[in-house]
Amino acid sequence: MSNITPRDRTLPMLGAVLLAVIVLGPLLPKWALFLLTIAIAKGMVSLGLMLQLRAGLVSFGQALYYCIGGYTAGSLGRFFDISDMLLQMICGASAAAFVALILGFLLARYRGIFYGLLSMALSMILYGLLAKSESLGSTDGINILPSTIFGIRPVQEWVRYVVLVTGCSVAALAAALVQRYLKTPLGQLSPAIKDNEIRVEYMGASARKAIHVKYVIAAALSGIGGALAATAVGHIDPDMAYWTTSGEFIFITILAGTRSVAAPFLGAILFETIRTVAFDISPNTWQMTLGISLLLVIVFLPEGLWSLFSRRKAA
Amino acid sequence: MHSLKKLSTAVAAALALAPVTVLAQDAAPVKIGVVAFLSGAAASPFGVPARNAAELVIELMNAGKAPAPYNTKGFGGSKIETVIIDESGGTTTQVTEFRNLVQRHNVDMVIGYISSGSCVGIAPVAEELKKLTNFFDCGTPRIFEDASYKYVFRTSPHSTMDNVGAAMYLKDVKPNMKAIAGINQNYAWGQDSWGDFEASMKHLFPKIAVKTSQMPKLFAGQYNAEISTVMGAKADVVHSSFWDGDLEALVLQAAPRGLFKKSTGVLTAGETIMAKLAKQIPDGTILGARGPFGPYAPDNAYSRWLKKEFQERYQVLPTYPSYQMAQAIMGVKLAWEKAQAANGGKRPSNEQVAAALEHSTFEGPGGTVKMALGKGHQAIMETAYGMSKVVGGKVTVTKVKRYPAEVVNPPEGVKAADWIAGGFKH
Amino acid sequence: MAEFVTVLVDGIFYSAWLFVAAVGLTLIYGVMKIVNLTHGSFYALGAYAGASFTGAWIAHGYPPMLSYAVLLAAAIIITLVFAPLIERGILRFMYAKEEVVILLITYSLFLILEDVIKLIWGVDPYFVSEPYGLLGSFDVGEMTYPTYNLILVGIAIVSGSGLTLLLQGTRIGKLLRTVIHDPEVSRAMGINVDRFYLVTFTFGSMLAAIGGAFTAPTVSVVPGLGVEIIVLSFAVVVIGGLGSLPGAALGAVIVGLVRSATIHYVPALELFVIYFVMAMVLAFRPRGLFSLAEPRKI
Repeated sequence: MSNITPRDRTLPMLGAVLLAVIVLGPLLPKWALFLLTIAIAKGMVSLGLMLQLRAGLVSFGQALYYCIGGYTAGSLGRFFDISDMLLQMICGASAAAFVALILGFLLARYRGIFYGLLSMALSMILYGLLAKSESLGSTDGINILPSTIFGIRPVQEWVRYVVLVTGCSVAALAAALVQRYLKTPLGQLSPAIKDNEIRVEYMGASARKAIHVKYVIAAALSGIGGALAATAVGHIDPDMAYWTTSGEFIFITILAGTRSVAAPFLGAILFETIRTVAFDISPNTWQMTLGISLLLVIVFLPEGLWSLFSRRKAA
Repeated sequence: MHSLKKLSTAVAAALALAPVTVLAQDAAPVKIGVVAFLSGAAASPFGVPARNAAELVIELMNAGKAPAPYNTKGFGGSKIETVIIDESGGTTTQVTEFRNLVQRHNVDMVIGYISSGSCVGIAPVAEELKKLTNFFDCGTPRIFEDASYKYVFRTSPHSTMDNVGAAMYLKDVKPNMKAIAGINQNYAWGQDSWGDFEASMKHLFPKIAVKTSQMPKLFAGQYNAEISTVMGAKADVVHSSFWDGDLEALVLQAAPRGLFKKSTGVLTAGETIMAKLAKQIPDGTILGARGPFGPYAPDNAYSRWLKKEFQERYQVLPTYPSYQMAQAIMGVKLAWEKAQAANGGKRPSNEQVAAALEHSTFEGPGGTVKMALGKGHQAIMETAYGMSKVVGGKVTVTKVKRYPAEVVNPPEGVKAADWIAGGFKH
Repeated sequence: MAEFVTVLVDGIFYSAWLFVAAVGLTLIYGVMKIVNLTHGSFYALGAYAGASFTGAWIAHGYPPMLSYAVLLAAAIIITLVFAPLIERGILRFMYAKEEVVILLITYSLFLILEDVIKLIWGVDPYFVSEPYGLLGSFDVGEMTYPTYNLILVGIAIVSGSGLTLLLQGTRIGKLLRTVIHDPEVSRAMGINVDRFYLVTFTFGSMLAAIGGAFTAPTVSVVPGLGVEIIVLSFAVVVIGGLGSLPGAALGAVIVGLVRSATIHYVPALELFVIYFVMAMVLAFRPRGLFSLAEPRKI
């Protein structure tokens, strides 16, 4: 069941992609830089979902941690005047991981649809709380400070590029760490848990503990994604925690497939591209365009987008 | 490296799907991005009427068929083109699409945004991209209170005057009232509306009792329990900033229970449902139109023109979002042409148009629009309230009172909330 | 005391509405193990069909008292147009996929249907308020309620008890329970499982459409109507235990009463009370209130 091939070329590939972004970034149109940044942010959340999916668990409330990451980044700017992207992402990840550590004691007991729905309920409670906080702009949300890095505020012309490269570097690092985690004994339990949890327990491993760890890692990744989205967009609002946001992340994850840690990012880029093209060519019926495209991907690429690559490799 | 190549090919292919247009500057048309809700619950009351108004007004302007001084063709002779985008999908999507409009479609300006959340999020991006952006409808006063902008404008009045005007109207028509209750949607618009109304009422009626403030979820649809609670409160007046779908559901469910007969309803966005619910709106309900629009529009050349053309094209009378969209385009057109004249007849830059629009005053289908607040970027207009009266099966308004722009809007540099709390000082 | 009675009455009306809107979801999940997001689409389709058919009926001057039958017929007809098409045309090829993938397929279909609805009916709101006012109103204490609310209570009771009888008391019900328990063995025993899936999907969707159709007279039917109902229905059936009929009933009653009490006594909390109840129930009863222990497969 494990999808990690013995001759693993993930790490060199991540490095090469990162290098490509750094080199080719200045040649891309400005709007594409932004679109890619958002895709990277969503890909981070999706990577977290993928971790859970490998153990057979789907969270319908991953937006909870995306939102916590976003609001942590926003609050740093609003209350402490901190606009450093890296700091925002670190704090976003820590805040999300901390909350997940506590909620994980509850959630690690759940499986199947109930895991999904309980996480959704928790996410919607956060939505309700934020929609009630008028000091944080209620549903209109608040704007956050322009991004800086190491105390430097990039000039206007380059700020999108800097945000993208920063985001990509963090994402590549995170993906590499996740890849390493997947190779640890704890990480390799995932397919086993999905397959048959009782056998896992008989082997002497704790499925609950393994899930708890995954849940915290996934939350940290989502927190980074939320902070990155917040600093890129410059705005946060409670919609970040709404269930439709979680739905989008699940969609990206399924589009991508679970075969590689790079898949979620590719899935997110594809999703954002389909969405923006649909907005463009059919402003009145973009939902239909989006729905049909996604249906086609699910039907014709049942293993996710990544199967396009690995299938050829096999051949 | 093999997979890298494939990956980069895939990325490049994905990005190439999106059309990239670069237009030559000379004799090019003026390209306007128009953003409004085309799906979801806000499409029918706001987005689609606004888009319809935009298409109609732009077509007429291109043909040179708008009343003077809007009767030159297009913008200063250049044909107007539009790129229409749905406002749905949340702020992240909207910021992405705004950047696409500016950097991929190379629009000359953007006119749009109904949701205050979109406006708050878009404003700094417009500033970053140095792109003239005119918010035509969104309500929150925060936009120009929290920051000042060079490229961002709002040619519609903000929501403060809706509720201040409602309170002043109550002072005029029901000076002896004692208790109020509210039912507003639980999101920024509903919270702000109730906050402004409650504070205004406390100032104008120092002894007023606030019985209950119901805050159902947006699009809840079922209001029996809220109606019971508000009825049990026995207030003289029930305030609601509900709009369209939710407002219609509220009025439909309240009608057989007699809520708005026992307590006078103050519906600050009631105008959009007037034509549809003649049987359910009891006479004497106080209706607002978010400014001098619809039934409160002054009888001038522009309102006659808009009503006639809109009715001919779409078989309905325009409601306030259509007025707001029309005047948003008109204001920008005048500024464009003024800037073009100052530029020796050459196509003006965004900066020149912005400078011309700043502090300008123009006439539209809702009367005079003064860009008086937010350093000349935020419009003020007069407002009007009236009471419903069914005549021949149609809801009309009677006892209409008009309140001058300066009376129902805060002065420059004062936050709306502080101005209300301070007792409307000028 | 008077207020307590009002809380109770408001709560019961809301519960009845919730139950009718949500019961189809639990039925489909119970039989097919599909988390069906097109449930919201069928609710909206039912509302649109109900509003437009009944509107036309009344505009033609036909007897308004029969408008209730027209609402019902509209819901049934629109479901018969769309549900078999979706089940036979798309879903049946997907049953082998994972639960979450099927969920996403129904989400894609939901997106598509949102625009299909917009293409058929446009964006302008539809009203059909006549059936709402036709039966007059009645008083409970100081409060006046439209008699129409009792119709929803009636539909809730009829559909709930009807389904229970069908499942427990008939041969079809017995076969269906076999299918629920183990579709593969049922198939081997010669039960036409495919037909059961088709009928269940159609019937469950029809219940959603009926919920929508009978809600139509109390609201204005606008785009986006189906989105809100999805999560609400989920909350109700999850509290009760997914796939359980008495669970859905109990879930609806709990949510209805708690919401009503919140509105009367602490209106500020209304926004998240449903999710709070859901989280609390799941925290103590991880599979909802009425749920069977899942067999441990070693």
